Amino acid sequence: MPRVSMKVNGKPMAAEAEGRTLLSAYLREGLGLTGTHVGCDTSQCGACVVLVDGAAVKACTAFAADLDGAEVTTIEGMANADGSLGRIQQAFQDYHGLQCGFCTPGMVMSTAALLAENPKPTEDEVRHYLEGNICRCTGYQNIVRAVMAASGQDTTALAAE
Amino acid sequence: MPKDDGIGASTKRREDTRFLTGNGKYTDDINLRGQAYVHFLRSDVAHGRITSIDSTAAEAMDGVLKVFTAADFEAAGGLPCGWQVTDRHGQPMQEPKHPILAEGKVRHVGDPIAAVVAETYEQARDAAEAIEVDIEELEAVVDMVEALEEGATKVHDDLSSNLCYDWGFVEENKDAVNEAFDKAAHVVSLELTNNRLVANPMEPRVAVGDYDPWGDSHTLYTTSQNPHVIRLLMGAFVLNIPEHKLRVVAPDVGGGFGSKIYHYAEEAFCTYAAKVLKRPVKWTSSRAEAFISDAHGRDHKTKIDLALDADHNFMAIRTETYANMGAYLSTFAPSIPTWLHGTLMAGNYRTPLIYVNVKAVFTNTVPVDAYRGAGRPEATFQLERLIDKAARELGVDPIALRRQNFIKADQFPYQTPVAVVYDTGNYDATMDKMLDLADYANFDKRVEESKARGKLRGFGIAHYIEACGIAPSNLVGQLGARAGLYESASVRVNATGSISVYTGSHSHGQGHETTFAQVVAEMIGVDANSIEIHHGDTSNTPMGMGTYGSRSLAVGGSAIVKATNKVIDKAKKIAAHLLEAAPEDIELKDGKFSVAGTDKSVDWSGVTLAAYVPHNYPLEDLEPGLEETAFYDPSNFTFPSGAYGCEIELDPETGKIDVLRFIAADDFGNIVNPMIVEGQVHGGLAQGIGQALLENCVYDDQGQLLSGSYMDYAMPRADDVRGFVVDHSCVTPCTHNPLGVKGCGEAGAIGSPPAVVNAAIDALHRAGHTHVTHIDMPLTPARVWAAMQA
Repeated sequence: MPRVSMKVNGKPMAAEAEGRTLLSAYLREGLGLTGTHVGCDTSQCGACVVLVDGAAVKACTAFAADLDGAEVTTIEGMANADGSLGRIQQAFQDYHGLQCGFCTPGMVMSTAALLAENPKPTEDEVRHYLEGNICRCTGYQNIVRAVMAASGQDTTALAAE
Repeated sequence: MPKDDGIGASTKRREDTRFLTGNGKYTDDINLRGQAYVHFLRSDVAHGRITSIDSTAAEAMDGVLKVFTAADFEAAGGLPCGWQVTDRHGQPMQEPKHPILAEGKVRHVGDPIAAVVAETYEQARDAAEAIEVDIEELEAVVDMVEALEEGATKVHDDLSSNLCYDWGFVEENKDAVNEAFDKAAHVVSLELTNNRLVANPMEPRVAVGDYDPWGDSHTLYTTSQNPHVIRLLMGAFVLNIPEHKLRVVAPDVGGGFGSKIYHYAEEAFCTYAAKVLKRPVKWTSSRAEAFISDAHGRDHKTKIDLALDADHNFMAIRTETYANMGAYLSTFAPSIPTWLHGTLMAGNYRTPLIYVNVKAVFTNTVPVDAYRGAGRPEATFQLERLIDKAARELGVDPIALRRQNFIKADQFPYQTPVAVVYDTGNYDATMDKMLDLADYANFDKRVEESKARGKLRGFGIAHYIEACGIAPSNLVGQLGARAGLYESASVRVNATGSISVYTGSHSHGQGHETTFAQVVAEMIGVDANSIEIHHGDTSNTPMGMGTYGSRSLAVGGSAIVKATNKVIDKAKKIAAHLLEAAPEDIELKDGKFSVAGTDKSVDWSGVTLAAYVPHNYPLEDLEPGLEETAFYDPSNFTFPSGAYGCEIELDPETGKIDVLRFIAADDFGNIVNPMIVEGQVHGGLAQGIGQALLENCVYDDQGQLLSGSYMDYAMPRADDVRGFVVDHSCVTPCTHNPLGVKGCGEAGAIGSPPAVVNAAIDALHRAGHTHVTHIDMPLTPARVWAAMQA
């Protein structure tokens, strides 16, 4: 099996991968980074979203072998340098934007991608952007609040809906 | 104001830190040394006779360790059913065998035929394709009514028919109910479907079996809501492994909603195969597999009648329901359309006579069992749709008709005609609160605003009741449960004062690690951060029954309170010794023991240290140590209730419905963590609105599942549900558990579907489409548009 190298969360890493090995499997089984979750097999649920060269990618839709040399950020790379929760992560905790936690890594990574391209999204923009991330626990309202708060916006209007 | 981390505080969840950093430990994150992988070859036909299985080629393939078929499980039992329903005639239900791997016949698409264990998952999957299975296809039984017709093909050859049971409740009331209908001034009837759903927790099921030959002991890691139940069912009934040789661990579990209560074939398979192969065996479900192997939910067809007198008082209710069991009986399937459904048919109302008839039917579909709400959404949907229809037919206000027939606040405790006794409630209060939050007084203005934009606005109401906190063991035993429904807790106080709590409840999103710590912190008066909550491992937790039916705080929390009180009682005796006072004079406040009326005191850690370093200690009267276990068996169900209001806008050009606002005014009794309660209601609402507008599990007449992926089964997404307004300020505490709590996990999913449908019918009637009296869920644009054109 060929060896595939990537820079993951700022560190060079490598593992073997078959041609058919998905990026999600490469991260989880090859590199032991189990924070990226797999919730479906039709690239619908978004639990596996990671950043590849800065763009949000569903890791279950990409072959690891195609991404040799890529820079990948996973949920494990989202905390602050001192280990404390990063801005988006902290907002998800503050606004109870997660329950079982399974979809959460994908939600946080999609949020990171959204805020990188649109630092002050409206509620509608947040909801539209997160269409590709399914959460079965929260009903999304607190996720939307968390994203708005992470972008530095007032969430009281949302809360009082 | 509550302390930051005591009862009533919106304490932030401690479990979030690991989930938000990718450090959760879900079952699929567990990889054991030497682990092999299993792939199940599943039936792609709904019904057929297996004439041959040839796995020679598969077994010769790279990495394949063994191919298992039913022949390998001759010594094993079938998957047991945990509830036996007795029919109208006093006879037990028909109970077919549910083998681990199909024996002779396949009975639904997804029924496992063979299992390949290999070095890698890919090898197992590749080899499964090389297994040659010949199946003589039989006619599939899909429609419930047709399944009961004379001469229908039988799902199980050894049963007399496809009828699991024909249940009547209360059977003795049947004639009186019919007489009431003969005398009624008005009779209102409705035929409806409660659509089939798939629970779809985002984490697919996973099982990892491990075997230690030196100790002849087994460990199963599994995505379960109740690891002790799995240990009991699998150990005692399927694999014949005694409890002390079987450990079941359910670590972080990514949602359940009922679908992870049951004991599944894959759990037994991995446990057994690990012993046969002397290697850990892992199975991870794909989503496609989940759709054809996780138990489904709901799937009822009902005709319901309401008799009213000339003054519009409810006189009687009569129902006839067909409930789909699927091809086999899942663990608690028989109890859902019966005891969790029929007992709630009184709703919030003073209907004196009720008769519920349920025919449970076997079909060639995936087994159907509890899904969030379980039986209670079915009851609520029937009642709240029917009352709305009645109000429309009688020309009265649906709110006034409900209020007129409500059980009033001064009538509790209230004995319903369907066996249960409601302890507390105040339905007018929740109705008032909801209407206020909905700004219902100005609704007509908003209708005009919508009209000006070419849209139809509607407002729908539902008032629900549910029975939670299941359940008194002696009662459910009489009703056919083959288990008790208590909960356990151990509170282990450590020498320096920190506290380890072991609970039989299981958290798969509910936040127990935070709320349960809040309860203990409040009781003892110590920092919640000095308390750790452990769950999910049968090796360190007393026998517990797990989490479902909104029972964790009401039953599991009560066990924790009970064990903590035992700890406090003993600690007071130790403090009395240290302070040279009588135990009855010792007061515990803010983590400090003091002698009443004096300034003599010792703090919590002084007492705990004395318990474990008993140098100055009443050893002749008291054992050292500070650790207590309690089991709590509830004396009644709890009865959360609430008023739900749904405001929608309907596009008459397309039939598309948008939920603009959804107001939930719930009475959950006392509340420990309002933030978590609000989150639970949000999630329930999304699932209920999903059922009403989007979700539908569909089989064709050949028994092929048409909605077997997220491309076909419409899960609610972020832009589908919005505008939730959640209130829980109406509080009538539960009278029979120590915290006065009722449970909040399922309410949202129970109360919301009828509110949504009522809102749609309201919008259509306001716009003159008065011929539309009902639309079956989900109210997709196509269905709404078709109903408008009919």
